[in-house]
Amino acid sequence: MGLASLSANLLLVSFIAYLVATLFFGGAVKGAKSEASYRNHRWGNVGITITIIGFITHLGYFITRWIASGHAPVSNMFEFTTAFGMMLVGSFILLFFLYRTPSLGLFALPIAIIIIGYASMFPREITPLIPALQSYWLTIHVITAALGESILAISAVAGLIYLVKNIDMTKPSRQRFWIEAVMFTVVLVLGFVLSSTTFKLTGYEAHFTYIDKNQAPAKIEYNYPPLFGMHEYEAQTPEAMTPWAEMPAIVNAKTLTTFVWSIATGTVLYLLLRLIFRKPIAAIFQPFAKKANSQLMDEIGYRSVLIGFPVFTLGALIFAMIWAHEAWSRFWGWDPKEVWALITWLFYAAFLHLRLSKGWEGKKSAWLAVIGFVIIMFNLIAVNLIIAGLHSYA
Amino acid sequence: MSKIKCQCGHDNPFGTVLCEKCGRPMTEEAKNSEVVDMRYEGSARRSQTYKRSIIDKIWNFFSSVKIGVSIIVAVLATSAIGTLFPQKFYVPVNQDSPSELLAYYERLYGFVGTLYYKLGFYDMYNSWWFKILIGMLGTSIIIASVDRVIPLYKSLKKQRTKRHPSFMKRQRIYGVGHSENADESLAKAEEKLKELKYNVKTENGAILAEKNRFSRWGPYINHTGLIIFLFGILLRGIPGFYVDQTMWIREGELRSIPGAPGYYLENKDFSMELYSKEEADEVFGTAIDRVGTIVKSYQTEVSLYKTKEDNLPGSTDLEHIKDYPIIVNKPLKFDGYNIFQMDYRQDELKSMTMELIEKETEKSYGQFTIDLDNPEGVYELNDGARVDLIGYYADYDGVENGEPVSKSPIPNNPAFIFNMITPENPKGEKSFVAIRQTLETQENVNKVKFVGAETRDISGLTIRKDKTLYVLLFGGLIFMIGVIQGAYWNHRRIWIQKGEGEELLVAAHTNKNWFSLKKELNAVKDVAGLPKYEDRQDNESSTEEEEGEK
Repeated sequence: MGLASLSANLLLVSFIAYLVATLFFGGAVKGAKSEASYRNHRWGNVGITITIIGFITHLGYFITRWIASGHAPVSNMFEFTTAFGMMLVGSFILLFFLYRTPSLGLFALPIAIIIIGYASMFPREITPLIPALQSYWLTIHVITAALGESILAISAVAGLIYLVKNIDMTKPSRQRFWIEAVMFTVVLVLGFVLSSTTFKLTGYEAHFTYIDKNQAPAKIEYNYPPLFGMHEYEAQTPEAMTPWAEMPAIVNAKTLTTFVWSIATGTVLYLLLRLIFRKPIAAIFQPFAKKANSQLMDEIGYRSVLIGFPVFTLGALIFAMIWAHEAWSRFWGWDPKEVWALITWLFYAAFLHLRLSKGWEGKKSAWLAVIGFVIIMFNLIAVNLIIAGLHSYA
Repeated sequence: MSKIKCQCGHDNPFGTVLCEKCGRPMTEEAKNSEVVDMRYEGSARRSQTYKRSIIDKIWNFFSSVKIGVSIIVAVLATSAIGTLFPQKFYVPVNQDSPSELLAYYERLYGFVGTLYYKLGFYDMYNSWWFKILIGMLGTSIIIASVDRVIPLYKSLKKQRTKRHPSFMKRQRIYGVGHSENADESLAKAEEKLKELKYNVKTENGAILAEKNRFSRWGPYINHTGLIIFLFGILLRGIPGFYVDQTMWIREGELRSIPGAPGYYLENKDFSMELYSKEEADEVFGTAIDRVGTIVKSYQTEVSLYKTKEDNLPGSTDLEHIKDYPIIVNKPLKFDGYNIFQMDYRQDELKSMTMELIEKETEKSYGQFTIDLDNPEGVYELNDGARVDLIGYYADYDGVENGEPVSKSPIPNNPAFIFNMITPENPKGEKSFVAIRQTLETQENVNKVKFVGAETRDISGLTIRKDKTLYVLLFGGLIFMIGVIQGAYWNHRRIWIQKGEGEELLVAAHTNKNWFSLKKELNAVKDVAGLPKYEDRQDNESSTEEEEGEK
């Protein structure tokens, strides 16, 4: 077995381990009366042990892939997102030992699982480095930035628990709407994973030629039935469906097709869940969150921002600027990815000021943490796939 | 303004909320509050005290965190809007032509694109309002920091060990209870607190244990770092601090380096390498198959020269300094300058070889080569024949007013007018020759035939000199120190003192991370038998702990 396939198998093992560990954390939370009494619960101990095993195999994936490719495996969408998931679990483990709270695991691990699932939808083969990435700064900058983001993400997990616990789900309110919207978004990501996997398994392919926005001819391959056609497209695969509509040159109709398929699948999935459980998704999770101590979740949320913010600054701004100066001749060029890193940073700076000086705690702080995570995900997903600039490496 | 005298005898500056020394509440509001606001130790901040003159108003405006956060959000929002469509400098049209820019945004983004252009969002980060926002942010950082750091420093310096009970009672963590042997408790607590690495001070029956006060300065240090950084960016406006030039240099060319007077660069060879399935590592096979071509490197081999020091002005004697292969991520560095591999163009025409022949017999008078950068006027051939080059259009773009025109001096589409002179035609015949095209004014006997061409590559290089980088890096470093200092340590204080009779009072405060403070306080409580305390902002865990103990 080659290193590359060993690496892939290790990732699969950790994926399964996180799934199993989630169940144990669920058991730990369900079996306990409150935070204080489940702190040393047996189920919780099993849960964290399995999480650590999963983390070690995840690390094993990372190291073997690094050896196989000869560079830090953070050079494309799959690698970066997988590494981000790994660090999220790592940050959770760290905070678990600081605060010993299984509730955090019950919510953090599923998010890590979804992130890894999302990552796996991108091309997984090992790619050689293009000239701009051939630098030791790739390792330093990307790993530090991902680590910072993952610690910040933990604050969103704590915030989510806080909100699910404290928002009154029995009567309609703005907060109830938005927390359900967050849950719906998570289901949409599942919809993407589900639809993408389905069409991948059936081996769907449709080829087109089209005219790109610089008025040059180009080729494209769809892995979904093409709902939307590229600018002045011509079908090359006769048996594939005919797109409903042709898009102008600035719209990537392939991305739009994937997006619409994911939304459709996710919405169906969401409606099914609503039909089965007969209550909002957030309300399904509420009994689990009820056991968490609000004050502790608030503190974890705040503390992880405090820990993550300096790491993020160092990795996503300072190291980024040093490398940008070496590779692109300027430390700052208002590339969309750079701007969104700055936006993330400004957002968390605002978060800290509001918390420290304006006393925004509890729900307000929890909402900010969740919004912060949305910004991080926007930078990872939308900026890479839609806005695209120098950083589009998917 | 007058001082406020506290009952303990200390003179507090006007505007003080809590006495700097003993902590007694000085204002009605503080006296009525259950838990007092400890954020700046209840010290007298200028912004909270003086509100009359215009200067006061400006000061108060910028020192407000609400305003500061609003400015942050404004910068954040404008930055985000700027990423909606590509900014001006990423748009592949003539940067100085408003009409071309507008046409570009209109063509690709329609009405919204036009609006984006008209509102100036296409050049967001150079717009005056964005610069004003950044300026306001800088002002706010300075004023808000000064407004807080000085009074905070003073009151932390003056704080007394023994506090007034009214101060203790208004802390978030507070407990009072009967103690059998208060002195013994205090002694044990002191020992335990020292073990927990607290600085312990005592004053007749009172303990003040304090830890990591330096973390309180973190925010002000990181703000200083930000100010240094912003200052560094301002410095770029000063001539000589900052050079940003580009140059296109052909293989074989020697050119002076723009922005770096006295320096010359020779392009010896440009090369672009692709990953090939045969040579690249086996694991890359699938990726190369899927993507097609993946570039491995862009490289320009250069020689750097400098005019000799003792040269007379105008002389061009050059001194060879070094040879260097510039690749992406490895710029050529000299004398504060960096030269980066940024762009390339391959296969530009360098020279064309032509042949003069008699049309009918295909008899050749010989070949000649035209150097497209520097074409000669006359090419002597065999048998007394010759070709005069009487017109050269490097980038031929059709005929205007009966004259051929050239779009640019770059030989993208060279065209020539030749006068062909042979012994049979001593007066010569004129012929216009372009790529795949020959025009004649009358039927000619001879013609110039294209034989071959030589090409070369051009490297696009960027020349940078940035003296401000060290200032920026220094600012970044200070910021990191400050932010780590403020984020990874917490300022904790625990007060224990004897109250009325056999009572013991306990209070504690931290700027953040109450969970850990309580853990330490619990350890001290267990050893020293301190009274039970209460966290007035976390009723849940107090009740939970009771549950846990059951």
